[in-house]
Amino acid sequence: MGDSLGGEVTNFKRNRLGLGEEGEPKAEYLTIYLDDQMFGIPVLKVQDVLRDIKFTKVPLAPVEVSGALNLRGRIVTAVNVRQRLGLPPYDGEKKSLSVVVEHENELYSLVIDSVGDVISIENRDIGASPPTLDKLWKDIADGVYCMEDKLMLVLDVSRLLESVH
Amino acid sequence: MDDLVVEFIAETNESLGLIDNDLIALEQNPNDKGIIGNLFRLVHTIKGTCGFLGLGRLEKLAHHGENVMGRFRDGDLEVKEDYVTLILESVDQIKYIIGELETTGVEPEGGDAELIERLDAVYEGRDGDNGGAETPENNADGELSKEPNPSNEGGLSDYDLAMLQAAFESVPSDDEAVVVVDEKEEKPASPPAVVDSTEKKVTAAPSSIAVQSLRVNVDVLENLMTMVSELVLTRNQLLQILRHTKDSDFDGPLQRLNHVVSDLQEGVMKTRMQPVGNAWAKLPRIIRDITVELGKKIDLQMDGQDTELDRQVLDLIKDPLTHMVRNSADHGIEMPDERLAAGKSESGTILLNAFHEGGHIIMQIKDDGKGLNTARIREKALENGIATEDELAAMTPKQINQFIFAAGFSTAAAVTSVSGRGVGMDVVRTNIEKIGGTIDLDSIEGEGTTVSIKIPLTLAIVSALIVESSKERFAIPQLAVQELVMASAGGVNKIEMIKGSPVYRLRDHLLPLVYLDDLLKIKLNTPTQESHDMEIPEPNNDNRYIVVIQVGGYRFGILVDKVYDTEEIVVKPVASILKHIELFSGNTILGDGTVIMILDPSGIARLTGDSPMAEETEKSKETRKNKDLKKTSLILFSSLDGSPKAVPLQLVSRLEDVDTSKIEYSNGKMMIQYRDSLMPLIKFDSSMEVSNEGRQPTLVFSDGRRSMGLMVGEISDILEDYINVEINSDDELSLGNAIIDGKATEVINVGYYLGQAYSDWFANHGSEDFADDAIDMDSQKRILIVDDSPFFRNMLAPILGVTGYSVEMAENPIEAMAFLEKGEMFDVIITDIEMPEMNGFDFAENIQQSKWADIPMIALTSHVTDKDIERGKSLGFHDHIAKFDREILLNALTDTIRNAKKLEDKAVAEGI
Repeated sequence: MGDSLGGEVTNFKRNRLGLGEEGEPKAEYLTIYLDDQMFGIPVLKVQDVLRDIKFTKVPLAPVEVSGALNLRGRIVTAVNVRQRLGLPPYDGEKKSLSVVVEHENELYSLVIDSVGDVISIENRDIGASPPTLDKLWKDIADGVYCMEDKLMLVLDVSRLLESVH
Repeated sequence: MDDLVVEFIAETNESLGLIDNDLIALEQNPNDKGIIGNLFRLVHTIKGTCGFLGLGRLEKLAHHGENVMGRFRDGDLEVKEDYVTLILESVDQIKYIIGELETTGVEPEGGDAELIERLDAVYEGRDGDNGGAETPENNADGELSKEPNPSNEGGLSDYDLAMLQAAFESVPSDDEAVVVVDEKEEKPASPPAVVDSTEKKVTAAPSSIAVQSLRVNVDVLENLMTMVSELVLTRNQLLQILRHTKDSDFDGPLQRLNHVVSDLQEGVMKTRMQPVGNAWAKLPRIIRDITVELGKKIDLQMDGQDTELDRQVLDLIKDPLTHMVRNSADHGIEMPDERLAAGKSESGTILLNAFHEGGHIIMQIKDDGKGLNTARIREKALENGIATEDELAAMTPKQINQFIFAAGFSTAAAVTSVSGRGVGMDVVRTNIEKIGGTIDLDSIEGEGTTVSIKIPLTLAIVSALIVESSKERFAIPQLAVQELVMASAGGVNKIEMIKGSPVYRLRDHLLPLVYLDDLLKIKLNTPTQESHDMEIPEPNNDNRYIVVIQVGGYRFGILVDKVYDTEEIVVKPVASILKHIELFSGNTILGDGTVIMILDPSGIARLTGDSPMAEETEKSKETRKNKDLKKTSLILFSSLDGSPKAVPLQLVSRLEDVDTSKIEYSNGKMMIQYRDSLMPLIKFDSSMEVSNEGRQPTLVFSDGRRSMGLMVGEISDILEDYINVEINSDDELSLGNAIIDGKATEVINVGYYLGQAYSDWFANHGSEDFADDAIDMDSQKRILIVDDSPFFRNMLAPILGVTGYSVEMAENPIEAMAFLEKGEMFDVIITDIEMPEMNGFDFAENIQQSKWADIPMIALTSHVTDKDIERGKSLGFHDHIAKFDREILLNALTDTIRNAKKLEDKAVAEGI
């Protein structure tokens, strides 16, 4: 079972849908990293962040499925996002993290490299993903948010999970 | 009291309670349509239910009340204050009767003629516009005050009054209802005492039944159940820890916790339990309808209605049960005259029986009808190709009877409105197996049929055996486990091998075995097949356990490394992205907190087994799915070593017995003069000896003017079957293997042999022979084939290839679009219509908007309807071709290319 970082996330959630100064609706994203690329997951979708997780392997499962784990009595299916995105396995010395999300009443944990901050951005600032983006990525990206020094790909969690078969 | 009545009272009281609030509002706003609507519905429901329960008085009152309410609701009668009083009065009277019913179990004697008369008066408009106001008021008082009088004797005894008064006073929470009374009282100015008592009766009533049964939202119960399940797991975990510590201080408290949790679990489980009679409630009516419709006489007897089981299970068996009873009545029980002729009583009996047996519920549906017609089932099984004559010959009547559980099986000669539509028993079986139950059928011709269903009491918590294989743990539902056997190396308990398949001699039976690690592909050190072959040479194979599993009539063993305890587990469904893995029925969290997968014995049986039934359902499922997609005629032949081979019949133009003395040799290649030209002959087995005399069976393949002969060992059969070829890409000689007629058969790659023949052909004769061919060979035409079936792709490609086209293949439109993106061009696109990701029509639409828009398209489909063709045409398809129709396909290709060429030429000409 993982060491829960849930507290922090819950705090973030508290400010969810906070209104911007001009009254523009804002959405909050938890930033995560995969192979140095920043992604954003809508914070409202995030249930928990876990680390040091032991999975039970699920034989015959799709390759992206790392296994299943027990999160406070609920069974969570772990999906390796790197695998899904066609990235090489994570070889970092730090242990990988898991972001638990809820999708159609089921819990899934997305295995990623690391998590960053929660950022609050205005929905209209999210642009369409470039058409030249790798198809695997384009399928699960909900747009791109341009930050000063880097780009954040907004992850469409539902599409990501639905594409695992 | 009848359960139904109790339920009715509880429900009506609840509705009445809700309406109490509305009534107050109605006083203030008599024409509130919402309230009137609510009242109307309530009265309507009461009327309907009463009729069903045989509560005449209440029904009558409700009926007349409904009439009036209906007029109010429809707006053709304005609700005046007097009418409100009348409504209230009627509601009160209903409350009164319900209250009586609740305490005594029967309706109070007497009638409500006077009240009904007034209701009718209003309904019929006889009450007069103003005058009516006085009358109802007065009468209302009269009615109520008269209640204890002779007209209404049984209604309200002094004893009742006293008791209810007491009850009323002791229930202060009913204030609201009293308020209603008070308000109402003021208007008609009736003697308070009497009205009060009537009213009290009503308010007091819920205190009895409402306390006995409480309506709780199912979600609450489910939640409770989940929490208790967690608690059970935590307890198990604690107990496990304690087992390793001696003389702990926790011993005592844990022991108590253990008991409490067990009781709690049982208690919560009980909240989900419902008597099985609930699932049977509709049956008498169904039987009655059948008897009327078919003119049969049937007596339905029910036993053990009180047997309780989980409501979830109950819901799931309701439909299968109904279906089976209907079957018994329709097919089982004979017509009265037939019965008399057979020496039976005129009316048939269907007996429903339910009882507990060791954690299960057994339900039996027994009829004394004509029994199953085994001969007819046999015929039908043959007809549908479910079993062969040989297989049937080896079967007992009981086994043959089991075929009625196969898909699409109905022996009823005529389809009646009752049953006989050929769907049913297979669905029944599937549904029952889905909840871990089994179904068994016993029938004696002429004497009747008994169907027994064995179902688990609950689905939420099951007892499971925890096993280990390749260091991974799995749970096997105890329900399916028959016994455990330890297999040791050598000695009596050894595992023996028959051509790589492990078996075990279990007493008198040869038990087929499956290695769990093989099955799940989790083997640690992937040993070769031989390693099983020897007398279990690997040390870790030494003491394997065999878990003997029974699924329906099929018994097999699962080989595992270790067996742990049995544990009570809470079955949780697997995530939807894992749903497709047939081998798991769910997953669970063990006492130590780890997640483990629960194996599905019937899934394993289906995947590995040769249980005729299991395989059959699988096969028929497959069949239905691929109905018109993959039924293919095949020529079966054997190679020299006798192994079966197959080739699609449509590819073969003739079967010839070649006179071997006429074979000519050129450059070491064999040819024969065939229809005025030379036909190359290819040996199927290169080692084949062709003698100078005699006949040689040969398959002749022909494309246009060119032919090729393939000499084979022996042509054994031609059959039509659903073939599902497993593609084996390593071998260019074969497309892969398919199970044909029960045997693994290699489907040969005709293209390979055609290629062999034609390369020779071209080398010897040059291409000028084909100059006049329909297709202009100089500019090789490029064709794109889009088909999701690898079989078709692999078959079409060589045919088209040898005809001189250059062929590219795509598995689906998406792949095809990739060619587009790469900027490739084609002369023709041939596409399948039924494809999973994107169908051919959508594909065509996409193409129309791309730079491929001008490329002619041919649709390849298994069912061509006019509508399809119409649609295809509108989307730019040039032609619709049935799959496998080689000649037509080639002609269509030529035509299409020609037409395209003509258009192009024309365009060019016009351009000049």
